[in-house]
Amino acid sequence: MPGRTNSYDAIVIGGGHNGLVTAAYLARAGRRVLVLERREVLGGAAVSEEVFPGFTFSVFSYVVSLLRPEIIRELDLPAHGLQILPLESTLTPLPNGDYLAAWADPDLNRRELYRHSPKDAEAYDEFGRLMHHMAMAVKPILNMVPPDPTSLSPKELLSLAKLGKHFRDLGSERFSALFKLMTMSSADYLDEWFECEPLKATKSASGIIGTFLGPRSPGTAYVLLHHYMGEIDGAFRAWGFAKGGAGGISEAIASAARGFGAEIKTQADVEQVIVKRGRAAGVALADGTEVSAKLVVSSLDPHLTFLRLLEPGHLPEDLVEGVKRYRFRGSSGKVNLALSELPNFTCLPGRGPHLRGAISISPSVDYLERAYDDAKYGHYSRRPYMDIIIPSMIDPGMAPLGQHVMSIFVQYAPYDLNDGWNDQAREAFGETVIDTLADYAPNLKSSILHRQVLTPKDIEDMVGLTQGNIFQGELALQQLFFLRPLPQWAKYRTPVRGYYQCGSGTHPGGGVMGASGRLAALEILKDGSRWPK
Amino acid sequence: MKTRYDVIVIGGGVNELVAATYLAKAGRAVLVVEPGETVGGVLVTREVFPGFAVDVCAHDLGWLDAQMVRDLDLASHGLDILGVESSLLIPGQDGRSLSLRADAAEAVRSIAEFSPADAAKWPAFLERVASLAGFLQTLYRVPPPLPTSRDRRDLRALLALGRRFRGLGKVGMLEFLRTLPMSVADMLDDWFEGDLLKGALGAGGVAHLDQGPRSAGTAFLLLHREAGRPPGALRTRTIVRGGVGQVARALANALTGRGGEVRLGAAIAGILVESGAATGVVLAGGEEISASTIVSGADPRRTFLEHLDPDHLDPEFIRAVQNIKFNGVAAKVNLALDALPSFAPAPGQPDGRLLRGTVSVSPSLEYLERAYDDAKYGRPSRRPTLEVTIPSLLDAGLAPEGKHVMSVWMQYAPYTLHQNTWNASARDALGQLVVDTLADYAPNLPGSILDRQVLTPADLEAEFGLSEGHLYQGHLTLDQILFMRPVPGWSGYRTPIDGLYLSGACTHPAGLAGGPGRLAAMRVLADRKRATRRPAGLRR
Amino acid sequence: MLKVTPFHPRTSALAQGQAWRRWAGYTVLSAYALHHEPEYAAIRNSAALIDVSPLYKYVIRGPDAERLLNRVLPRELTKLKLHQVMYTPWCDGAGKVIDDGTVSRLGPDTFRLTSADPNLRWLSQNAVGMDVGIEDVSERTAALALQGPTSRAILNELCDGDVTQLRFFRLAVATIDSVPVTISRTGYTGDLGYEIWLDREQALTVWDAIMDAGRPFGMCPAGIHALDIARIEAGLLMIDIDYVSAHRALIEAQKSSPFELDLGWTVDLGKPSFVGRTALADEAARPPLWRLRGIAVDWDSLERLYAAVGLPPTLPSVAWRTSVPVLVEGGGVQVGYATSGCWSPLLKQYIALAHLEAAYSEPGTPLALEVTVEHRRRPAAARVVSLPFLDLERKRA
Repeated sequence: MPGRTNSYDAIVIGGGHNGLVTAAYLARAGRRVLVLERREVLGGAAVSEEVFPGFTFSVFSYVVSLLRPEIIRELDLPAHGLQILPLESTLTPLPNGDYLAAWADPDLNRRELYRHSPKDAEAYDEFGRLMHHMAMAVKPILNMVPPDPTSLSPKELLSLAKLGKHFRDLGSERFSALFKLMTMSSADYLDEWFECEPLKATKSASGIIGTFLGPRSPGTAYVLLHHYMGEIDGAFRAWGFAKGGAGGISEAIASAARGFGAEIKTQADVEQVIVKRGRAAGVALADGTEVSAKLVVSSLDPHLTFLRLLEPGHLPEDLVEGVKRYRFRGSSGKVNLALSELPNFTCLPGRGPHLRGAISISPSVDYLERAYDDAKYGHYSRRPYMDIIIPSMIDPGMAPLGQHVMSIFVQYAPYDLNDGWNDQAREAFGETVIDTLADYAPNLKSSILHRQVLTPKDIEDMVGLTQGNIFQGELALQQLFFLRPLPQWAKYRTPVRGYYQCGSGTHPGGGVMGASGRLAALEILKDGSRWPK
Repeated sequence: MKTRYDVIVIGGGVNELVAATYLAKAGRAVLVVEPGETVGGVLVTREVFPGFAVDVCAHDLGWLDAQMVRDLDLASHGLDILGVESSLLIPGQDGRSLSLRADAAEAVRSIAEFSPADAAKWPAFLERVASLAGFLQTLYRVPPPLPTSRDRRDLRALLALGRRFRGLGKVGMLEFLRTLPMSVADMLDDWFEGDLLKGALGAGGVAHLDQGPRSAGTAFLLLHREAGRPPGALRTRTIVRGGVGQVARALANALTGRGGEVRLGAAIAGILVESGAATGVVLAGGEEISASTIVSGADPRRTFLEHLDPDHLDPEFIRAVQNIKFNGVAAKVNLALDALPSFAPAPGQPDGRLLRGTVSVSPSLEYLERAYDDAKYGRPSRRPTLEVTIPSLLDAGLAPEGKHVMSVWMQYAPYTLHQNTWNASARDALGQLVVDTLADYAPNLPGSILDRQVLTPADLEAEFGLSEGHLYQGHLTLDQILFMRPVPGWSGYRTPIDGLYLSGACTHPAGLAGGPGRLAAMRVLADRKRATRRPAGLRR
Repeated sequence: MLKVTPFHPRTSALAQGQAWRRWAGYTVLSAYALHHEPEYAAIRNSAALIDVSPLYKYVIRGPDAERLLNRVLPRELTKLKLHQVMYTPWCDGAGKVIDDGTVSRLGPDTFRLTSADPNLRWLSQNAVGMDVGIEDVSERTAALALQGPTSRAILNELCDGDVTQLRFFRLAVATIDSVPVTISRTGYTGDLGYEIWLDREQALTVWDAIMDAGRPFGMCPAGIHALDIARIEAGLLMIDIDYVSAHRALIEAQKSSPFELDLGWTVDLGKPSFVGRTALADEAARPPLWRLRGIAVDWDSLERLYAAVGLPPTLPSVAWRTSVPVLVEGGGVQVGYATSGCWSPLLKQYIALAHLEAAYSEPGTPLALEVTVEHRRRPAAARVVSLPFLDLERKRA
């Protein structure tokens, strides 16, 4: 950046998907933006890397869950290479040799469910309609800057009144249903609808991802909504797999940002935010370079944003305390396998459509609870929950012809392992995962060419996510909406003028969604008149 | 005997008697029908062992609203409140106990024995709890707010609550909203490091709940239990002479003094309904008694699925009732003792008063969590948490001279056992487990037991009519409180049957002796004032 | 793969155009021949054999079977005699229609309920505290509709029992080629006709027997296209097309009460209680806001609209199932919507089933149906007709 060190409107720290989204929106509004990424690849936790020769992995994040359709449209991401391929099914192999499959086609799905429980087959549709309504009720919240419920300013009161009206308009019945969804455990919530154990377990598993809670813990139910969000989102079937892996999303957003004129620099490790007269003025890199800008946006998690990037003393004591009690508690790991052949599931042998979808190791709610029990007391689960996809089945370019890559998301792997994580513990953890899966697909072990095991500690070390939490902080009720990341600091701003947050640690957070990055950018632009000349 | 009353109240529990007395006071002809031989419901004191009067089921009155005591003039009807006992003793496993008392200096000193840092935070913690619980107390004095209602009255009530909420201040408001959905473990970890302290407080967050301290929403329960109790200590108890059952006796006196009637040994066979309105009850013997208002103290499962013909109810409503979560997890063990238990002393604390309040066997949060783990898979905790009181220490009249009664709530004993049923041997094993657990902390206890009574959740269901043995007629989780209690859309004590009301702990504010009963009576009186039959639009 | 019906080995062999479609998770034929017209003609002129196995069927038995159905259905079940059949809708607690079908009393405490949607869960939810068994026999029970003027004669050839005596909405136990069947004089065509219920294992035997017996009487197998035209002529509703089940509706406005579907005659408010009674009693006390009516398009008007662009009138050859606006006379304000319609080959009229605002529902009221003439939307003159369009004496004679 020779000669231009003074000419940026904004510096975005971190080239993860949210940082890139913020950068793209700021650049789109005509601001001069610089993105600084510590690693050599862009994308943060949404990266694709050729970990083993010929085998490309979505190393960390592996599905496109709720990437906001307005981002796809506003940034014209398909023109920049984004292509989302559908994940059409979920297979839950069972210990008794049977399986439960969820198919995209409603008739097939009902028939499969009917095999396990005729009543559940009927309840499934009704449940889906309720979720549809709940998703409609929640959607506006995902797209709004959280109001401050304690403020008496007319603007805040108006925003609160709108929110109040939104909820009142739901009517008593749907409001209660939403209230239950927000406060109940996924297991209890599903018990009200279904009797089929694998169905309840597989559905409730989505509620525990990224949290340090079990499926019976209240507060895990509302994530059930996520699978239904896409349908009402104007982006039908938004749930899927990005061509080229998760890095494909980051690359598309980065390309869009560049198209709007943003500069993106990798291997640029920001050490500190420079604060002058109580205002962010730029950043200092680890190599000693300083870059100045009118404002600085951090896409890192709250711990890094507040406690590492800022010198102590710039923040009020209660905020520092708040950050310290903000819960990360990484609970998940990742195992990436290069395979010489497809896994052959005992319950559904051979090649079939089930290998193009997700495979969920979640035979019962008790199974998940026991997995959680291990983690509560500092062990990784001896029988973990796993969410598996075989990306090469959807995008053959991910592996050499005829060979495959397999992505295994594993829970629970507590960050605070008794005796700590080391090479030995990592390998033992990897063995546990493979042993568990091999029970269902016995040819797995002999088909493994390479294996990459990532513990929460590895995720922290590689991507920087504190305690390896994939959502930059638990998605628990007390850390959501106007409480995310901290009460009073949920509007993407910080106590330091000109210093903003845009990561997943802000509302609404979670997954490769981009909403935090977009909302942050819109807030930052609102402050435009107050930018230094 | 009359065959027609204005109001028939089903059940002689404290809430029902409170409702009945308020209604009688308003001039209604009221009949209370109670299947048992004594009034009181779960708050009953009986001579279970010769010479020993035992608080058979609940041993904690909770918040006894002073306003209600005055309204119903209970003092002159035999209620003698001896005071509030604040002592909380938490025996440790290493021979040292922690003692928490209302005397701040003493409590701080005791905590400091384990952690000076915790001791320094104790007063601020108490203050925070008092302020948050204080707002709950406000909520518990009024019918649950209806957030989606467009009725002016409801909106006004909501605004009034909003103003009270603002009274918490910015930090207080945010803390309230942040704390409610938290796990009690997270809440306590934010404050403290000492295991005994966190264990004792955490036990308050999981009492009668089928959750462990790491489960979200348990911080609410801790606060809930403190609503209405005097500040300065946690888990205090109001003591009345003669045992907790004396409250019901005083209420029955007050009721009959106002012309109300109580019929004991009168079990309900069904509630009569004509054209969607309640018209009376049928007793087990076939006798029919009419009344245009029926107040049921039975929980919704019993009221709607046992006492009523389901034809009168929408399937959607039935489903909501079926979805109420009960699953009792607590068992009761009552002991007659010939010596006081020898719990380890609390360093620096006067020994004489340590046992007067509550003894909490809850040495750490992890201990509680592991106890819950067992229950999750349908078996009693191998290492249970216990809440112990020795009422005879405060009211010598409850036991023969030199002897004592001990009342123990044991958790977790899940109502639904996966591998067993609650038969006699399971019950005995449970009793033995409680005694063995106590013996770890008070070695002399097994040798001093004269008699023992064990009530499993199944026994509590059978004896006290509590579905699945749950003391509060349904769990106090966030999805089952306020406007969600007992079922969404019907939190206002009314039911889909005209003239049929609920008054039990299944309604708001659960677990507060008399609270729901008072509010139910207010609802009955307001409805009758407004119209003999309410308009259709008000139903939901 | 979708499920196939028990008759699939036979029906698939006859499928000339492979015109398969979905019905309740099964694959069935829209038409056997390359055009459905002969199949429709058979329904009205000789007889047609229609595979209706995808219907949901439940057997409800036990001491409380009648009580359960009397609770769920708005019609009075105690009046249903042995071997009698009743058509009925049923409602949710708010009095909105969930589904419709037939209920037959097979024995004193045994009933069969047929429905278009699965209802096992709903029935079970209503059976709280009742001594009743609900068995889903949908897959186990094969069903054929034999409809048309010669259907009685065909059955007489086939059955040892005398079905000529079978009255409208009654059923008989009989055998066809030694296979035990129940035959009900019911159908979805508005014509003389029967429905035959049997165990799926014997499906092919019965199919073959009927096909053989029917041939001399001009019988042919018919698909859904032909059935659709017949049922529109007969003014019979189809769920998901003409109304939305209250269990599937996403918004209140999509739901309908029986009164709004002109099924008020099925609501027996004399019964002290049944699901939805309170709401239905309230509704019965005031005039309905919507009515279900027939719409008949004025042919001259249609001809004029087409003539204006130089074309003769062209109409879709199969029944349509989309929502089409119904406007005031001459076009403009919308006062309703038609949900299914077709050219009636028998009546030589363009007809449709429509939901109309009550003020515009009087038979004879002139209205307009929106038609698309050469890419442009035009109001075709139409008038309100009471249903059914076609009321054949032989249906119930």
